[in-house]
Amino acid sequence: MGNNQKPIIDYERIASQQSFRQLAKKKNSFLWSVTAIFLVLYMLLPILTSFTEILHQKAIGDITWVWLYSAGLFVMTWGLAHFYVARANKYDAEAKAIIAEYEGGRKL
Amino acid sequence: MSFTAVFFFVAIVGLTLVITWWASKRTSSASDFYTAGGGLTGWQNGMAIAGDYLSAASFLGIAGSIALFGFDGFFFSIGYLVAYLVVLYIVAEPLRNLGRFTLADMITARFDKAKVRGTAALSTITIVLFYMIAQLVGAGALIQLLLGIEYWMAVLLVGVMMTIYVLFGGMTATSWVQIIKAALLMLGTVIISFLVLAKFDFSIAQMFTQMTTETEHGAAYLNPGLRYTDGIDTISMLMALVLGTAGLPHILMRFFTVKDAQTARSSVIWATWIVGLFYVLTIFLGFGAAAFVGADKIIEANPAGNMAAPLLAQALGGDILFSFVCAVAFATILAVVAGLVLSGASALSHDIYGQIIKKGKVTEKEAVKAARIGSIIISVVSILLALGAQTLNVAFLVSLAFCIAASANLPVIIYTIYWKRFNTSGAVTAMLTGLISALILVAVSPNVWNPVEGKAIFVGEPLIMLTNPALISVPLGFLGGFIGTLISKERNDLKYREVEVKAQTGISVQDISH
Repeated sequence: MGNNQKPIIDYERIASQQSFRQLAKKKNSFLWSVTAIFLVLYMLLPILTSFTEILHQKAIGDITWVWLYSAGLFVMTWGLAHFYVARANKYDAEAKAIIAEYEGGRKL
Repeated sequence: MSFTAVFFFVAIVGLTLVITWWASKRTSSASDFYTAGGGLTGWQNGMAIAGDYLSAASFLGIAGSIALFGFDGFFFSIGYLVAYLVVLYIVAEPLRNLGRFTLADMITARFDKAKVRGTAALSTITIVLFYMIAQLVGAGALIQLLLGIEYWMAVLLVGVMMTIYVLFGGMTATSWVQIIKAALLMLGTVIISFLVLAKFDFSIAQMFTQMTTETEHGAAYLNPGLRYTDGIDTISMLMALVLGTAGLPHILMRFFTVKDAQTARSSVIWATWIVGLFYVLTIFLGFGAAAFVGADKIIEANPAGNMAAPLLAQALGGDILFSFVCAVAFATILAVVAGLVLSGASALSHDIYGQIIKKGKVTEKEAVKAARIGSIIISVVSILLALGAQTLNVAFLVSLAFCIAASANLPVIIYTIYWKRFNTSGAVTAMLTGLISALILVAVSPNVWNPVEGKAIFVGEPLIMLTNPALISVPLGFLGGFIGTLISKERNDLKYREVEVKAQTGISVQDISH
């Protein structure tokens, strides 16, 4: 385009692209299912400590299970943080392809 | 007060003032002021998030809590850390992709209404003020103890410092104060933890074994139940921690200081590692204090246990380490309150003045001036409130701030990004239901009412037994937004498509190549 005007983005059009719908669906189901998993694992800790004695037992020496469960939540947090970034980088590439597809389509 | 202590305090104050002077020369636009021009790198923003987040409550409060109550003290550490996953998975990127300076910017990306912006600003300012009073009252008590000056002088000292950083250096100065503070805090914590571990012959197993006999609680010290005896209340509190972080205005604001979603991501990774390592080390701080200082001495210095970490430093490293840790605690408070002032000022100046009163018709110069005036107003109000709140037990104000953030801000953020049918009426009712229900529930809780005189603000029976009402108010916030949406006929699918595309792809006008 020869002029300096900023292009107006046709969001409706991008949103209705099959590729975009697929990405949105994939991304949302990934984000929400992982979120559900870590929230359940996290909330399970106070539920177990408040209503059962399972985690009060000794695991390694005098270290009780509740510390190991907590350590697990720390490891989970670090792990899932990196897992997210790896996934998000993949989605970035797909988002770029979607924009390219939209631009290509606009030229026609 | 010793010479070493004065040396460390002066060094920190001097260093931060030099940064402010340097930053002030780079602060000419509203974007510079609120977001450091969006120019922070991933590690810088990650350090700054950690610096913003690890408040005195984390450093002094958790160490003391673990020292006195063993595992129950560690609950907070877990909640604060896992909260980062909610931020990362649900909030950080869409916020970065849709927003400019504030939470309200993001919501009004969908609903162009003064009502929505006003309500978002109201909840932001409420959270900021509660959080700030808690920080300033805590700071006053601490500095009073450390420097031996009067409470009001201590509050004024912190208040004036934070105002200077924000007023002259804006987000650039604030971020660097937070970065330096994060580095100092990690250094101090690592040194103390190393010394503690050395005392246990570098054996974690031996440390745990020895802890079963070091306190009056015996083996129960290593298990939950010493502090939190009401299961439902514990669950409610942990829920507020994990969901509240993603709605805290000063944390949300930190995602506008980076240039794109990728940098936002990398900054959360940095923050997760720093904050996580710090919280692991709180075990050593707490255990060390219990073993080498002792519960009696900790309670004698401060009934809430806030002096556990400084006293441990003194026991292990003498006057120099004690002075250093006290100075780090001071820097911690400065960094956190400066971040809070900025987020309060952004709601006041950008949302209420710039966008609602002036309808966005402000020049760059006026916007910066408004931001500075807003910072002064937030600072002065919070200092005055803190001066009046000296005798108040303020620990619950922090949990209240988390609860409001989880109940008022999180539902509206999630609906805005993920729910097509959501509308203006839903956004306003979601925020108001969350905000008002959290406030009312706390007002009738054991924090405010206790049959024993002196235990709470008023004498009397509390109406609910939850000290943190998140378990009730968070679902109410979501429900309010749901019902509010359905009672209004308004829906704009086209606008949602735009928000969806922007949030999912981060597309902006610059991305279109022609």
